[in-house]
Amino acid sequence: MALSQSEVLAGLAEIVNEETGIATEAVQLDKSFTDDLDIDSISMMTIVVNAEDKFGVKIPDEEVKNLITVGDAVNFITAAQG
Amino acid sequence: MTQPVLKQYSPVKFSRIYALGAARGDLTVTNDDIAGPIDSSDEWIRQRTGIITRRRASAERSLMDMAVEASTEAIKAAGIDPSEIGAVLFSTITHPHQTPSAAALLADKIGANPAPAFDISAACAGYCYGIAQADALVRSGMAKYVLVVGGEKLSDFIDPTDRTISFLLGDGAGAAIVGPSDTPGISPTVWGSDGSHWDAVGMTASLLELRDGTSSWPTLRQEGLTVFKWAVWEMVKVAKQALEAAGVTADDLSAIVTHQANIRIIDELAKQLGVPEHVVVARDIIVTGNTSAASVPLAMHQLLKDGDVKSGGLALQIGFGAGLAFGAQVVVLP
Repeated sequence: MALSQSEVLAGLAEIVNEETGIATEAVQLDKSFTDDLDIDSISMMTIVVNAEDKFGVKIPDEEVKNLITVGDAVNFITAAQG
Repeated sequence: MTQPVLKQYSPVKFSRIYALGAARGDLTVTNDDIAGPIDSSDEWIRQRTGIITRRRASAERSLMDMAVEASTEAIKAAGIDPSEIGAVLFSTITHPHQTPSAAALLADKIGANPAPAFDISAACAGYCYGIAQADALVRSGMAKYVLVVGGEKLSDFIDPTDRTISFLLGDGAGAAIVGPSDTPGISPTVWGSDGSHWDAVGMTASLLELRDGTSSWPTLRQEGLTVFKWAVWEMVKVAKQALEAAGVTADDLSAIVTHQANIRIIDELAKQLGVPEHVVVARDIIVTGNTSAASVPLAMHQLLKDGDVKSGGLALQIGFGAGLAFGAQVVVLP
């Protein structure tokens, strides 16, 4: 069954925390991965691969650059779940 | 009239690496030396690549100079005469002649003339491709000893303003002598290629475009994130397959020597593979940079030289890069 937006956010926050050590509470929809969370492109790719695995979705490499905020990623994953 | 029965090579059962040799660029290039043209900093480069310095060769030190130096060391350490070498395999993407091969010249320079000699174009997987072929040549009985060299002068093919790969790159050559053995010394190789990602790492232009004036001097470039993703998550699968093919587990290893592409790739690969603490993970990239086909033998040579691993231990070596090409095998450390 497809997860809700808040469930995807919670799952994504755990992945971000594991990769970067950033507190899960800090991973909010309006936060920018680069500017607010200081996540570099290589860590971002690791987060993407772990998210693909966790949520069973495919995030194309060319799509990653469009995922500016946590909300962008949550929305993409939620939609991709079908 | 009875047709005679053909003779074929008499195979030998096992092969192993007898010895390694190494040569690096004569210049130590710091991050500060190269940060300007890419609008970067020492801190940014260290964080994203792990590199503190890379070794590059001056104009006076050629790819062939480094290959001869590394080969000479390996031959001497193996205790063989160069005339006993039955094949010379040179993995490189930076030999500046389309033809003849770098290997033929190298064979002559080290005293292995008239050994069969040819180049391998498999970029950062080239050394592991070479070991695979040397293993096959030795065990088939086609050659008693094979010299495998991974060597690059990448600094001839970089763009100082390129932020994708140039700042990672260094120069060097690593050499190995492979020969017959009483016990298994080189596991089956897990190797392959994926040309559907042919454009992910390569040159900015072809030589024809240079000739036609539609391009300047071709230099190396890559789609870093695509390569990172492939190099970690696909190569973890290859590494596991290589361990399985060898009949060992990560616990049995003394070391993991990956292509020294980027410390982030090396660390993530080790993490995904679940490398036990007692296994040494080669991180020669920190002081040498990414030397493509040379990086695996250079890193392994350094581990042995520093006493981080002992002769007789097992090492998983894995190369991966442009092609996309990959090769992995478990070897007994010389």
